[in-house]
Amino acid sequence: MSHSESSSTKTLVWIRAAGFLLFALGLSVFVLSLSLSDYRLTEETFNRLAASGAVQEKHQEALFGELDSLRDKYYKSTHTFLSDIDRKISETNERLGGGAKIWDYDRGQYRLAIVREAATGLLPSRTRLFFLLSLILGSLGAIIHFLPRLWLEPEGIKNNGVFFHSAKSRGFWGIALGVFLIGFYIALYFFPAYIVNWIRLGDPISEALRGRPADRWFFYGLMYTLTLLVMAVRMAIHYRHNRYQLVRTASVSFFQLGFAFLIPAVLEALNKPAIDLKNAWPLNYSFFYKYNLDGLMSSGAFGWFILLWGIGLAVILVPLLAVFFGKRWYCSWVCGCGGLAETLGDPFRHLSDKSLKAWKAERWIVHSVLVFAVVMTSIVLINFFSGQDGQPLLGEATGKFQTWYGFLIGSIFAGVVGTGFYPVLGNRVWCRFGCPLAAILGLVQKFKSRFRITTNGGQCISCGNCSTYCEMGIDVRWYAQRGQNIIRSSCVGCGICSAVCPRGVLRLENGPEEGRYNEVSLVQIGQGRIDVA
Amino acid sequence: MKRIVIIGNGIAGITAARHIRKRSDDEITVISAESDHFFSRTALMYIYMGHMAFENTKPYEDFFWEKNRIQLMREWVSRVDTENKRLFFAGGRHLEYDVLIIASGSKSNKFGWPGQDLAGVQGLYSLQDLELMETHTRKVERAVIVGGGLIGIEMAEMLLSRQIPVTFLVREASWMDFAFPAEESAMIDRHVVSHGIDLRLSTELDRIEADERGRVRAAVTKDGEEIPCQFLGLTVGVSPNVDFLQDSGIECQRGVMADDMLLTSAPDVYAAGDCVQLRSPKPGRRPIEPLWYTGRMMGETIARTVCGEPTTYDPGIWFNSAKFIDIEYQVYGDIKAKLGEGEKSLYWEHSSGEKSLRIHYMEADQRVIGFNLMGIRYRHELCHQWLEEGRTLPFILENLGAANFDPEFYAQYERELIQLYNDQHPNLPLRLKRRRGLKQFLSLRRASA
Repeated sequence: MSHSESSSTKTLVWIRAAGFLLFALGLSVFVLSLSLSDYRLTEETFNRLAASGAVQEKHQEALFGELDSLRDKYYKSTHTFLSDIDRKISETNERLGGGAKIWDYDRGQYRLAIVREAATGLLPSRTRLFFLLSLILGSLGAIIHFLPRLWLEPEGIKNNGVFFHSAKSRGFWGIALGVFLIGFYIALYFFPAYIVNWIRLGDPISEALRGRPADRWFFYGLMYTLTLLVMAVRMAIHYRHNRYQLVRTASVSFFQLGFAFLIPAVLEALNKPAIDLKNAWPLNYSFFYKYNLDGLMSSGAFGWFILLWGIGLAVILVPLLAVFFGKRWYCSWVCGCGGLAETLGDPFRHLSDKSLKAWKAERWIVHSVLVFAVVMTSIVLINFFSGQDGQPLLGEATGKFQTWYGFLIGSIFAGVVGTGFYPVLGNRVWCRFGCPLAAILGLVQKFKSRFRITTNGGQCISCGNCSTYCEMGIDVRWYAQRGQNIIRSSCVGCGICSAVCPRGVLRLENGPEEGRYNEVSLVQIGQGRIDVA
Repeated sequence: MKRIVIIGNGIAGITAARHIRKRSDDEITVISAESDHFFSRTALMYIYMGHMAFENTKPYEDFFWEKNRIQLMREWVSRVDTENKRLFFAGGRHLEYDVLIIASGSKSNKFGWPGQDLAGVQGLYSLQDLELMETHTRKVERAVIVGGGLIGIEMAEMLLSRQIPVTFLVREASWMDFAFPAEESAMIDRHVVSHGIDLRLSTELDRIEADERGRVRAAVTKDGEEIPCQFLGLTVGVSPNVDFLQDSGIECQRGVMADDMLLTSAPDVYAAGDCVQLRSPKPGRRPIEPLWYTGRMMGETIARTVCGEPTTYDPGIWFNSAKFIDIEYQVYGDIKAKLGEGEKSLYWEHSSGEKSLRIHYMEADQRVIGFNLMGIRYRHELCHQWLEEGRTLPFILENLGAANFDPEFYAQYERELIQLYNDQHPNLPLRLKRRRGLKQFLSLRRASA
């Protein structure tokens, strides 16, 4: 290697390191920002809480009366402040009693609003600066870290050191990342009042798009989209020799940015129901909830369009396209969960469990979730239609089902486990074991679809790259080494098995269903066809 | 119920065991000194490179063997007594058999170079070799690889993945020019160099120098150049691993001599895989073919014979594949380095110099005899079918798109190959009738069925 080559290599390595440093800096600012505010309830706080409607009128007098004793008291710690607020809300409830009480949902909203409005200090007064120093700096740093790979590494499959890498092989950094992600989700779902400073970091974008401050789900959407797009850059660099991967990565980025993030924000700005048009039931489990149906039906023609679109999407479009293209068109081209799994999750795909036991568990669990989703939605709908005359059937059961489904499946399974455990269980835990939509599409793919992964005759050398890098834990090699096509209900068609195969054995393709489950093997190609081993 | 004993748990032995189990209730024992369970030898490089863990290279989960009543033994066979149908192990114990299948694989070649047994000098064939390489390549400043074959390139790729600079000594004037046509051979030369490997063509090893601790210190070429190195990979081919069969009464030359049914000179003793030397190989084939695919076919052939369906070994139309760092290679049919009598070649190369399509055919009747692909994937089944049917070049060119097996959205180059042909034969211009796709392939297959 000549002198100039090695010195430019060195420069690129330094740029990579500098990028990582910037990312680490952004992440540190992000984490630290949680502590960069203090709290004080002032006259203005009460005025803003009342004016914004954050506290309902019927509760204002009683609640503000109780909170008055905290007026102008200075708090350094979020936790202490929240404890006092909680105590005051409980005391308010004692005073109000019975039907006038502040129920749990409102209580959560009030805590969030009070923490937000009472916050002062560095971060609340410099939100834009901290937005730049955390989210933007971190994202730019990550991209600067990825880009030099274009010149440092030749095109091709470069999984060098994946199994030696601490973050990618359940080492210290992998566990640390898992703990961080799990913590993030637990805070987001169950302790949002503690991360109000994070939510506030979404303000600059939220104000620009929707003309109002960020709420917790806007903040989550922003983080999600930003992470997905930054990691899509990595994905595109990693597989830049592979056009299937490039097109697919562009697709998930487009659907996340446009359909999941921008369109709902714009709709909200226009006072229309903010809907993610690609998010189909039963993944979007709350689509048939009463509040959503009521909301849509009271939003005029647009609401009705969304309602019909949502039903058509779930019942006709999604399954029909799966007949033609397999479930991949949704799971690894369009879906948001899939999009994150294919970008942020790509470095962890080899951690999926390939054992027969895991496959058995997968079939039990994912179909149970599907049954749960169908039962829950049926009850919700029975309740909705029977409730039109004022006497809903199954009223109490509906609430219970909704709460438990939202808690167990929506929050714990999809969020905490689904994403938090990327560095431990791989990037498709939710999609493989939990997603009811994936279960439906899997049934379509298995029994009535034109999709399959074709095995190229007798070329397989059983090396195991395909199985290792299958994020769904499919033992691809099992089929490939006997010359059999791969048709598995869980396959999301990411195409990585085909990409990592060193011998050109696998191809994702759509075609006539007849003969899809080929009963022949070309292992002894010289002697004609032989029964599958 | 027969007692079937298989020596070797590689692809040949294991394929035999699996197919015997499918066809019979015989007692099956597989013996290996190398590993407890079957693993894919072709994947050893990926363990070193960190693409996979050893566990990932096992094609079957550990419960598979007991479930299928295939007994596994970790023993070194030191002697075979064909008269009394007994095997003796290194520890002195023995095992009786009714049918014996020898699938003992290969060992790395060493050609008597001074210093070839120094620490830090090794080949790469077995799991133990890999472990040795792991130890020997720690804190190495430069490695030298001797021998321009597939394993040599794989070893170079392995070392590169750990940022170890490599000097690659190749005896030939261009990489494997005895087996590869000149253009493909040159493509690999360029590719190897572009990855920063110090490729020395037409260079042979003279001797290996030791340091004061008895470790490799330098390689010295026949031109007298001394190349300092702390690791030296000897990848100059493999030969059958048959030393343990001395005095067994089983006839061996370079490998275990086997007839058309893969039966050796001893009754009820068969041989499969790398260790086999065929008494009468098919025309154009070598007596020893140390390949994954041939091992697999031999294993299945013997399983049939042993289970009462006497079957002759027929490897059929040649096919093979490899990956040279980032360039995938596939071959179907007969592609010689130098064109044979009456053969012609149609060759197209991509402007990147890293993809190519080649078709060899007979000039007289235009019958196609082989496909050679670099950086482009083709369908095995269709190429096989065309070769078997004796299709002509014009027919194949017009339908060539259907053979393309690259992933969706990849560029297709069949048109460019046809353009090349049309330029050479302006009288009857051909037109590409089929592009890539399953539908095209299936309709072609149906048409000829």
